[in-house]
Amino acid sequence: MKTTDILVIGGGAAGLSAAAEAASAGAKVTILESDLQLGGQLIKQTHKFFGSKDEYAGTRGYKIADILLEEIRAAGDRVEVHTNTTVTGYYREDGTITAMRGEEEYFRVQAKKVVVATGAQERLIPFPNNDLPGVYGAGAVQTLMNVYGVLPGKRVLMVGAGNIGLIVSYQLMQAGVDVAAVVEAMPKIGGYWVHAAKIRRLGVPIYLQHSIKEAYGKDVIEGATIQEVDNTCSGIGNEKRIDCDIICMAVGLSPTTELCWQAGCAMQYVPQLCGYVPKRDRTMRTSHPDLWIAGDASGIEEASAAMVEGRIAGLNAAASLGLPVKAEGMKEYWQRLDHLRAGEVGEKIRSGIGQVLVDTWEGK
Amino acid sequence: MRMIDEHPILEYRHGQRVKFSFDGREMEGYEGEPIAMALHANGVRIYRETPEMKRPRGFFCAIGKCSSCFMVVDGVPNVRTCVTPLTAGMNVQTQRGKGTVALEEA
Repeated sequence: MKTTDILVIGGGAAGLSAAAEAASAGAKVTILESDLQLGGQLIKQTHKFFGSKDEYAGTRGYKIADILLEEIRAAGDRVEVHTNTTVTGYYREDGTITAMRGEEEYFRVQAKKVVVATGAQERLIPFPNNDLPGVYGAGAVQTLMNVYGVLPGKRVLMVGAGNIGLIVSYQLMQAGVDVAAVVEAMPKIGGYWVHAAKIRRLGVPIYLQHSIKEAYGKDVIEGATIQEVDNTCSGIGNEKRIDCDIICMAVGLSPTTELCWQAGCAMQYVPQLCGYVPKRDRTMRTSHPDLWIAGDASGIEEASAAMVEGRIAGLNAAASLGLPVKAEGMKEYWQRLDHLRAGEVGEKIRSGIGQVLVDTWEGK
Repeated sequence: MRMIDEHPILEYRHGQRVKFSFDGREMEGYEGEPIAMALHANGVRIYRETPEMKRPRGFFCAIGKCSSCFMVVDGVPNVRTCVTPLTAGMNVQTQRGKGTVALEEA
């Protein structure tokens, strides 16, 4: 049995921020990360971030990961890191957490406090042959080309014109891959115009109100038929056949919350946050007194907000152990979150969080 | 291996190049990088075959969450090849069906 003050599950944008914050207050922190390296999705982002300078706006995503990793390194032995280690369960009876190193070595962890920063998983949409090899999540395509330098394919059909679809299309072209087209079922581009303009200038067509009718290929993807759709997503003719060896899905993410369910956290389905998420108070604590949440696991949002939520969760988990934390910390971090969520683009997130944010757990 | 030779922003730092076996064929990949990446760089797209419909599957999420890239590695079935590091001499096989787990020795 392994013991630790604060267990951070997930070493991405939120988890690293939580660990750094808790360690700076003097807590002993253990990070368990299922991937082979820390940094989560940040290490795959080659574009410069928006947002505000407090969350490194203007800096490329993978460089932000470097900054966070340096903070973790500077914490010395207050932060213990285990990569290639996947948490497999939370046992409500005594709060034991089980994990596996690699695929076969299991161990147990007992932590005083837990921060769940498990991120999200890629969504898929239904169409014939969507299970053929070559239908890849956008994050997987980024992993191939931006982390390991492997060519994802020769010609890609991108599904989804949100920020991820647009950014990954541009990144594919930077890696020398042809992007045949971007299809988007909605009548307008979901991502920022600057990202859309970049790929349009490079001659990539963006078909709005279009979706995949079917993919084809014998054993692997060889192409797809796209079709114009109405506002109920039903096909209304205008089919087009596109040859490609990769169909890249950028159709959204779902929060990874299995551990919160297992721990008995009060959960709620919030469409604006893209799935079931735990209710939380302003400290990012869930209904479970020893369990905090941060990042995409608490609702799909940008990495900038995930980092601030991680700070809040780490700070409060440390404070709950009686450790001294920055008195102004909460005020400052909430100001940053409010700033990131301001205006028209933050409306959806604000309304989503409004549905799961509780003032107090007293009497609940 | 099909790698990105030049990138306007990124510089790739790979580990040592090692040999491994895929369904009896010798291949090369980078030590410590995920098995799935090495296979993809060698042009391999089909990683397993589903138990009922015998459909080919490749990888999908690449972060160990979706189960699509399960393979038999050194005799162990259902290995998430997207988060399992490649080592020299590894024996990687296409997984057909659910895989058989060896029982512990008495």
